[in-house]
Amino acid sequence: MIEVQNLTKQFGSTTVVNDLSFELGPGSVLGFLGPNGAGKSTTMKMITGFLTPSSGSVHIQGYDISSHRQAAQAEMGYLPEGAPSYEEMTVAAFLKFIAKVRGARGALIQQWVDRVTDTVSLRGVLHQRIETLSKGYKRRVGLAQALIHDPSILILDEPTDGLDPNQKHQVRQMILDLSDQKIVIISTHILEEVSAVCSRAMIINAGKIVLDDTPEGLCQRAEGHLSVSLRINGVGDEALSQACSALPQCGRVALIDGGGVLIYPAEALGDPLAALQEMMKANHWQAEWIQQHEGQLDELFRNATGGRLQ
Amino acid sequence: MKNVTIILNREFASYFTTPVAYVFILVFLVLSSAFTFYLGQFYERGQADLLPFFNFHPWLYLFLVPSVSMRLWSEERASGSIELLLTLPITLWDAILGKFLAAWLFTGLSLLGTFPLWLSVNYLGEPDNGAIAASYVGSWFMAGAFLAVGCCLSALTKSQIVAFILTGTVCLMLVLAGFPLVLNFFQGWVPALILDLIAGLSIIAHFMAISKGVLALTDVIYFAAMIGLWLTLTRLVLQAKSAD
Repeated sequence: MIEVQNLTKQFGSTTVVNDLSFELGPGSVLGFLGPNGAGKSTTMKMITGFLTPSSGSVHIQGYDISSHRQAAQAEMGYLPEGAPSYEEMTVAAFLKFIAKVRGARGALIQQWVDRVTDTVSLRGVLHQRIETLSKGYKRRVGLAQALIHDPSILILDEPTDGLDPNQKHQVRQMILDLSDQKIVIISTHILEEVSAVCSRAMIINAGKIVLDDTPEGLCQRAEGHLSVSLRINGVGDEALSQACSALPQCGRVALIDGGGVLIYPAEALGDPLAALQEMMKANHWQAEWIQQHEGQLDELFRNATGGRLQ
Repeated sequence: MKNVTIILNREFASYFTTPVAYVFILVFLVLSSAFTFYLGQFYERGQADLLPFFNFHPWLYLFLVPSVSMRLWSEERASGSIELLLTLPITLWDAILGKFLAAWLFTGLSLLGTFPLWLSVNYLGEPDNGAIAASYVGSWFMAGAFLAVGCCLSALTKSQIVAFILTGTVCLMLVLAGFPLVLNFFQGWVPALILDLIAGLSIIAHFMAISKGVLALTDVIYFAAMIGLWLTLTRLVLQAKSAD
């Protein structure tokens, strides 16, 4: 259980986190969304006890982070932004160090390291220095140290930032696998990530929660999510537009300046792509180009904040 | 205490995974010997002691110790690993002491590397080995005081260069506090009590006593207090601005 009450952080006269409150129970994955400087990382830093709040409180499994910092920190695994580590160490030496600090002794140290190496697939680079690893591997080392003591709470600051699509998929799958009994908080810029792993999403702007919803709810608000832009060789845009409008999976269809059509899904979270491909096949149409779009966080923000975003 | 040991072990090992340790030990050994034989006129004095060796330690430490201490916290800040370290279930003291002790043991190891000098002087004559042992301990304590200063100033900044320069400067002032250069500046307009206090702060006065082989309790307390004070200041600095 994480209880955050009226959490506020001021640096000088700037309020970075403004009166944030929420509660999370086991099995929930919370996604923090927001632009840079929205206060996501600062909130995570206060939850993990790295920063002292200006006011408000954080309770981790009943422990107050300000008065029982160590007990609360022992319950959490934390991946700070950018996955920092001691880069001159080998992966094995680094994970052993974390295991020891996290309380493992004797044979347990190796057990923990072995288990987590398998979980995040680090076996092949175990004896390499961290500084020689690619960004993706460094991120996995960061995840490994956060997971090593099998914590009940995971705080991951941008866990997929800078990873390639395959690695992103792996990390998301891992978070999903872990999330059954754990509480997970991740921060991200990527809308897709929220729908892939989160059970709850919170949009933060200027230190305030502007939207607290399920991922489905968020996507509905993001206009143009899963919309498809398309142009067919030898078929006029008008004719194409009419053909698309006839499909039940397609909603509004608009002509694109300079050629092609833009097809919105008929309902939120509906995906018109498969139906469009079916239609093209049936008519023996060749696409000149076809592209599917994701709902943009920016748009979502404008909707959520009524255009009051700076 | 267990956590201190874990941090200490990691820090100590990290000195030897980069060339820093080897360069430092080499430079320390070469310079301390060069000072002893050329500037200290070890042979010409015709006395079986290590006074010319120890006399140069305060000056040697002025730039060598900051080069060890500058990375203690600056590096953690620059790489962001400070956030990892301070969200592990350890106290701030665990982290500070672990790091400081690792650096202190490392300088101790470098100091032990000068044992051929001790062998030489024993081969050449019959020195007071008790006095030499006391001097070694005193020199190590002085290195500890410098390191504690460096630890605190390194916690202030992300830049190791800035930490190096600040530490060198503050240590220089602490060394010079007992010299006429500084004391003359204050003489005449500062009460005698304060003047004594400034002179009393001088590292060199306390080290001179020790380097002559007298390990007095007051000198040991002085160095221990210096270390304690600067490590406490380190803690305050980290509490105030760990996130910058």
